[in-house]
Amino acid sequence: MEDMNLLESEIMAQIAGASDLKHLDDVRVAVLGKKGVLTEKMKTLGQMEEHLRIETAKKLNTLKNKIEEAFGAKKSALEDAALNTRLQEEKIDVTLPVRPEVQGRIHPVSKIFEEVFAIFGALGFEVAEGPDIEDQFHNFNALNMPLNHPARQMQDTFYIASKQSEPFDMESAYVARTHTSGIQIRTMENKKPPIRIIAPGRTYRSDMDATHTPMFHQVEGLVVDKTTTFAELKGCLSDFVKAFFELDNIPVRYRPSYFPFTEPSAEMDIGCLKTKTELKIGAGDDWLEILGCGMVHPNVLRAGGIDPDEYQGFAFGVGIDRLAMLKYGIPDLRTFFESDLRWLKHYGFAPLDFSSLTGGLNGNGGSLR
Amino acid sequence: MKLTLSWLKSHLDTTADLKTIVNTLTKIGLEVEDVYNPAENLKGFMTARAENVVMHPDSDHLHVLTANTGSEKLQVVCGAPNVQEGMVGIFAPVGVNIPCYNEILKVGKIRGVESFGMMCSEKELCIGEDHTGIIELPKDTPIGVPAAQVLNIDPVIEISITPNRAECLGVRGIARDLAAAGIGRLKPLNIQKTEGTFESPIKVHVQCLNECPTYVGRYIKNVNNKVQTPKWMKDRLTAIGLRSISPLVDITNYINYDLARPLHVFDADKIKGDILVRMCHEGEHFVALDEKEYELDALSLGICDDEGVECLGGIMGGLSKGCSEDTTNVFLECALFKPECIARTGRKFAIESDSRYRYERWVDPKSNILGSDYATELILEICGGEASYQMIEGNEDFKPQVAYIRPSRMKSFVGVDVRAEKIVEILKNLGFETSFEGDKIKAISPSWRGDIACEQDLIEEVVRIIGLDEIEPQSMTYDNLPKQTLTPSQMRVVTVRHELASRGMFETVTFSFTSSKLADMFHKIGQTDTVLIEKPISADLDEMRPSLLPNLLLGAQNNVARGFYNVSLFEVGPEFYGREPKAQRTVAAGIRLGLTADKDWAKTSRAFDVFDAKADALAAIAAACGPIDNVQITTDAPAYYHGGRSGALRLGKNVLAYFGELHPNVAKKFSIKGRVMAFEVYLDNVPLPREAKSKTRKKLELSAFQSVAKDFAFVVDKSIAAANLIAAAKNADRNFITDVRLFDVFEGENVPQGKKSIAITVVFQPKEQTFTEKDIENLMNKVIVSVAKATNGSLRA
Repeated sequence: MEDMNLLESEIMAQIAGASDLKHLDDVRVAVLGKKGVLTEKMKTLGQMEEHLRIETAKKLNTLKNKIEEAFGAKKSALEDAALNTRLQEEKIDVTLPVRPEVQGRIHPVSKIFEEVFAIFGALGFEVAEGPDIEDQFHNFNALNMPLNHPARQMQDTFYIASKQSEPFDMESAYVARTHTSGIQIRTMENKKPPIRIIAPGRTYRSDMDATHTPMFHQVEGLVVDKTTTFAELKGCLSDFVKAFFELDNIPVRYRPSYFPFTEPSAEMDIGCLKTKTELKIGAGDDWLEILGCGMVHPNVLRAGGIDPDEYQGFAFGVGIDRLAMLKYGIPDLRTFFESDLRWLKHYGFAPLDFSSLTGGLNGNGGSLR
Repeated sequence: MKLTLSWLKSHLDTTADLKTIVNTLTKIGLEVEDVYNPAENLKGFMTARAENVVMHPDSDHLHVLTANTGSEKLQVVCGAPNVQEGMVGIFAPVGVNIPCYNEILKVGKIRGVESFGMMCSEKELCIGEDHTGIIELPKDTPIGVPAAQVLNIDPVIEISITPNRAECLGVRGIARDLAAAGIGRLKPLNIQKTEGTFESPIKVHVQCLNECPTYVGRYIKNVNNKVQTPKWMKDRLTAIGLRSISPLVDITNYINYDLARPLHVFDADKIKGDILVRMCHEGEHFVALDEKEYELDALSLGICDDEGVECLGGIMGGLSKGCSEDTTNVFLECALFKPECIARTGRKFAIESDSRYRYERWVDPKSNILGSDYATELILEICGGEASYQMIEGNEDFKPQVAYIRPSRMKSFVGVDVRAEKIVEILKNLGFETSFEGDKIKAISPSWRGDIACEQDLIEEVVRIIGLDEIEPQSMTYDNLPKQTLTPSQMRVVTVRHELASRGMFETVTFSFTSSKLADMFHKIGQTDTVLIEKPISADLDEMRPSLLPNLLLGAQNNVARGFYNVSLFEVGPEFYGREPKAQRTVAAGIRLGLTADKDWAKTSRAFDVFDAKADALAAIAAACGPIDNVQITTDAPAYYHGGRSGALRLGKNVLAYFGELHPNVAKKFSIKGRVMAFEVYLDNVPLPREAKSKTRKKLELSAFQSVAKDFAFVVDKSIAAANLIAAAKNADRNFITDVRLFDVFEGENVPQGKKSIAITVVFQPKEQTFTEKDIENLMNKVIVSVAKATNGSLRA
């Protein structure tokens, strides 16, 4: 009995004294291994008398359980210590920068197109497209601009000979489209009213100075049905500028003007405040010309195969680059086309920035990095 | 078109102030671009009386005087010859800005005498041309009042006239419009008719009445072209930016701007024989007033004499027959030329003139006799002389245009109710003759309007006079939820952009034209057409681009020049393979050069390589909903790519994209050092997924059994394409092989010369039950056999 108590305290001391898992395991083998002290003790049970055997076995088992528990506890403690040491050793400087990732950009022109699609989409418009090189019928004649029309001279047109190796012939030449209005005609040729389209695209005019580039972008709109009036033209475009500039109220002014393809024609101005350093859209005592519009000229409807006595509608055209400049305060048109990475990074939009009326026209793609 | 307020008021009786006039002009469609009011520059200037005028002690032409402004008496030195004791003029005190010099006036000291201000001339105040002396106001003008109150100041208004409003290229047309809009009353035109006293020695013969339906000619003898143009006329011309040349020229210019009525005056002594109005001969030479020589054609209209063309009718006079200071006998032409003829000839020879500008829009066909009378009156008044009888060739018969307007259309077309009486009133004020025909109003255009052809034109006339502000805006309505705005092929252009941007690329927009010198190497195989622009705006923008790459490379070049060496640029836009409409493709193209990022502590940054471009191309195809799993790769990219480091992604013959490293010569041409990766994805070639009948997905079948992955290493010829080996492995068994991944390519030690080792993992997926060892062995054998058959390769020992 004495013997047993002594054994217990000895073993417990050894367990407590184990300095690491290896040492603890050595102790375990020495106690519980095949030739361990406790195992040896167990082996002696066989030779014992029955009553002694039962009692000793009970004690030995109790001792064995105690010891195993102690081993377990010690093992956990040692494992925890070892893990803590490892964690200490594994410490790294989390203030280091992350591996480089480059966030690209969407060009402001693409963004404005998306915004315009979102707004007119909500007004029931669909997007129509057409070729950049146009025949003169679609770019001029069908739009009520016959060959000698002064308005045709006003647009500095780029011509492209219709045949490669023959002398240039102005009358048969193609043109780099001076507006996307030709798409109106192409749409009417292929679709019966009611028509509600916008026609985005690149447009070209031979003009290059501080405020003009030989290529720029436009979106044209066309509505044809039986009842649409100039009042709806005004409503539609006022709704558009409010949604586009994200302002509840923008003063709007329509001035009579002239375009061969509309009658009556008008230009639309929006209110703004001009100071020496900035231009603020909205209330102010200045006006800013923003788009041209009007009721579709009967000759244009006819050219598109639509009876002007039955159908009527309106059309408009907006400069996309100019909208980008006004909305996002981009000062110089020429910089749009220079591919300057600093400019693209500054004025561009995040890759996940998608335009909609449900999630916002812009700024919903997270922070720019 | 510029005019001055006083000029306007010579036709318009009005009490309206400048601001009201300007606002009304814009409101009725005559857009005011600028208003220059000299009064705004005259703050601080005031009237003063010159007193105690004495000669400057040290000068034979300067005077010293006391300027009395009522509140102050200041010593002033004055150099004007017309200064007199007691005269009242405009005084500029020290500290004001002199408009003519745009300088602040300081205390001066002239030859020892101090001067505390200045007596001013018209020119110094920018209100006229006179600089011969100081302004002399009536003696009873009060002193000490602001200059703007007493001076005859004439603000200048600049209006943008639209091409349909040719009559407003004359001040009278503008006055008429203002009168119709309720701003005053149009004054009657008061032109004295001169009967003439003799037969013109020069006769007129018009051969082409189609192009020149009316020609009014008149000989005026003994004129004096050395006299001064009257001040009022000179002031008006100067104010609108026309230089005064001689009285005869000034008179024609004045009438051109007053009545929009072009005229021409020949020096009659230089005309040989009679005047013949005829079509020119092919190749006939003509030297115009602009001193340029033109080789005319048979569609040009010439005003000719025995020596040939002396004036290009309605466009520009000839150098040899113009008036000079010594001109004493003149021949006055007032004719009508057809807009089509003038427009064509003007365009053909690129001659711009005030006359062409008016003729090609519309010149009142009934203003020829009137214009001739007006010019005669002014010439006789200013230059003296004696007029011949008027000669009229052709006639002024003119069939006026007729259009009808239904008052109900104001509501149904414009959205505003206007009473029939109001419509009639507006049209009458604009010069139309109106009458009712049933429910329609018949409107006969006045001869000065050539633009009214249909009901819409009349609606515009009414609506611009009542004002577009009268129309109540009305939001558009629609019956159902709007349809999808973008078609799938339009939407995927948006998606592709966003995909490439999220891959770290910067979207740019470059011109659709490029330099033909640079574009040359970017023509695709089989492209024979070079789409050149006829008159490019500059030599390096002369071709519609056959590829997006040259402009992207120029962009890269500029960024590199600014010190940005890592460039990832892309653009989505058209390339042109032919000149006819629609011979264009929508391309998503990009270039990458330099490193993936600047160097970093984790050492992830590396040079871009072909596989970046390939990944971009594949990502764009995927973003465009392309069948990405079926894409095949061939190595036949165009020659501007590196022959050994480029490829085409295709579906059979259909090329979806090219990618690769650009040919070193291309980079060199753009002065870019280092390798440039590029891709071009032809979005139109990427097939759209077929519209599914149902949006529900195929049921997901999950296997209950674990898949088995086995690695293989094959030794194959170096020339074997990895893709073929992968395909062979994949095709070894269509039922059980679900994935093949290539994880190593190795050449060198233990691999024979001319060979390479390719290691792959093949994933086998059991379906009904777990594989037995035998099953796996069989499958592995199938892979080995298939690869061996396709590539002649064997398992690496």
